[in-house]
Amino acid sequence: MITNETILTKLQAQFGERVHSPELQYHILSITTDQEHILPVMTFLKEDAELNFIFLTDLCGVHYPHRDQKFEVVYHLHSFTNNIRFRVKLPISGDHPKAPTMTTLWSSANWMERETYDFYGIIFEGHPNLKRILNVDEMTIFPMRKEYPLEDNTRKDKNDEMFGRDPKLIRTDI
Amino acid sequence: MLTANQHIKLKEGELEKETITLNLGPSHPATHGVFQNIVEIDGERIVSGTATIGYIHRAFEKIAEHRPYYQITPLTDRLNYCSAPINNMGWHMTCEKLLGITLPKRVEYLRVIIMELARIADHLICNSILGVDTGAYSGFLYLMQHREKIYEIWEEICGSRLTTNIGRIGGMERDFNDIAWRKLDEFLKDYPKALKEFEKLFTRNRIFMERTIGAGPISAERAINYGFTGPNLRAAGVDYDVRVLQPYSSYEDFDFIVPVGTKGDTYDRFLVRNEEMWQSLSIIKQAIEKLEKLEDKTSYHADVPQYYLPEKQEVYNNMEALIYQFKIVMGEIDAPAGEVYHAVEGANGELGFYLISDGGRVPYRLHFRRPCFIYYQAFPEMAKGGLISDAIVTLSSLNVIAGELDA
Repeated sequence: MITNETILTKLQAQFGERVHSPELQYHILSITTDQEHILPVMTFLKEDAELNFIFLTDLCGVHYPHRDQKFEVVYHLHSFTNNIRFRVKLPISGDHPKAPTMTTLWSSANWMERETYDFYGIIFEGHPNLKRILNVDEMTIFPMRKEYPLEDNTRKDKNDEMFGRDPKLIRTDI
Repeated sequence: MLTANQHIKLKEGELEKETITLNLGPSHPATHGVFQNIVEIDGERIVSGTATIGYIHRAFEKIAEHRPYYQITPLTDRLNYCSAPINNMGWHMTCEKLLGITLPKRVEYLRVIIMELARIADHLICNSILGVDTGAYSGFLYLMQHREKIYEIWEEICGSRLTTNIGRIGGMERDFNDIAWRKLDEFLKDYPKALKEFEKLFTRNRIFMERTIGAGPISAERAINYGFTGPNLRAAGVDYDVRVLQPYSSYEDFDFIVPVGTKGDTYDRFLVRNEEMWQSLSIIKQAIEKLEKLEDKTSYHADVPQYYLPEKQEVYNNMEALIYQFKIVMGEIDAPAGEVYHAVEGANGELGFYLISDGGRVPYRLHFRRPCFIYYQAFPEMAKGGLISDAIVTLSSLNVIAGELDA
């Protein structure tokens, strides 16, 4: 059985500074890497005999409009043999952010990446069929980005200030 | 004029051979939900196929970014609506993890009872509908009344049946009443008989076996690669169960078997689900025994007034409860900033909640890891090369729930 420290040591031995900001939150260790190194990092995590992260549990996007790198792809991995979960974060910038596809490693990444593209507009390079999945094809926006409100702003009959998220209250420092 | 043993001989290439494109769904009686599958068929064999989803997408993740934590529970109901309590509990446990709430043992056991009832309700529907798809209606007819019994138990606990909104962050909304306990006892007495009968109808039934053995198989390796979880992964031979590997809600106190299959075909999935129903029954019985042994006979929530929505009676008669009720309902309670991933063993796989809190009153980001969204993409590969009738039973045995698929 390996521990979070083992994973971190192994990754840092292999990738050095390219794997940074380790953070342990609620028993899951997460690391951050960049576009160039995400595929080698994931391949290493999957194929290393000791780590054995063969299962891609989850892949999703997050939008941080106040950061320099506005988007983040978050991968959750699970090693069944070690019974340990691991989180990899990939911050990316630009209005049409790009990330390499993980479909070469996991078939399950296919729809998860399509979903992330559908909602955040993150382009997964090398994806075999990158098109919208849950929203209609005619949609022009990426609705999970923070700039799109949940409801029509012009609605006068409903005051959302007391309930829900007041735009003024969005924290800008995270 | 041809004589009896003469055959008509056609020259090579004289008949044009072509494949047909067939639309299965979005509203086809055999797909049990709004999925569209466009399949290319050669005779009755499927050459290729694609799945189109999203017909009942309701933007739950977007809505969740605008709602206080306790208002997200009803959204989770509508994911896998065949076993809504598991989703509810999963969400409560995610919040409790974030808020650092530990529950009394009694509450955890009560939750285990509800979750296992939900698992039975879900597997029962899946397996009996699989029977309907192979042409055997009676199994469905006889098991359905027991789902009704489960719903009645939930109704006693939370007041609703399908979309339950059961429990609260920090515990249960109320203790089980006497009627609920009585109905649970009745269910535990009656259901094993019905399940035994159901197994007698199907497990060694020649027609059923021939329809399901070898239909839609998947190897363990492919299943893992495709992100299979739950009974579908176990049918392929991987003994991954969140309840065992990363226990939550005191599952480590229970003694149960994780059934696995070998070939990952429809028949294996059917058997795994049947066995899991027996295991769930055993877990419920163990939970009741454990509850009897506990000294604590009354608590049904943790002592966290700042997060636990108080009972209405309290709100009207107790000043503090009124204050907390107001603060919680108006979203004045801030959750700590942090990132949580919590997974529960849903009825059809690992249901995960990835929650990013920025310290505000609503989640900054909430992602549902919906098991069937991830494994449904393997369906075209599983159906390929088989007959249409195999595809129908494969889809049915995968237990894809439209609400969860489209979120």
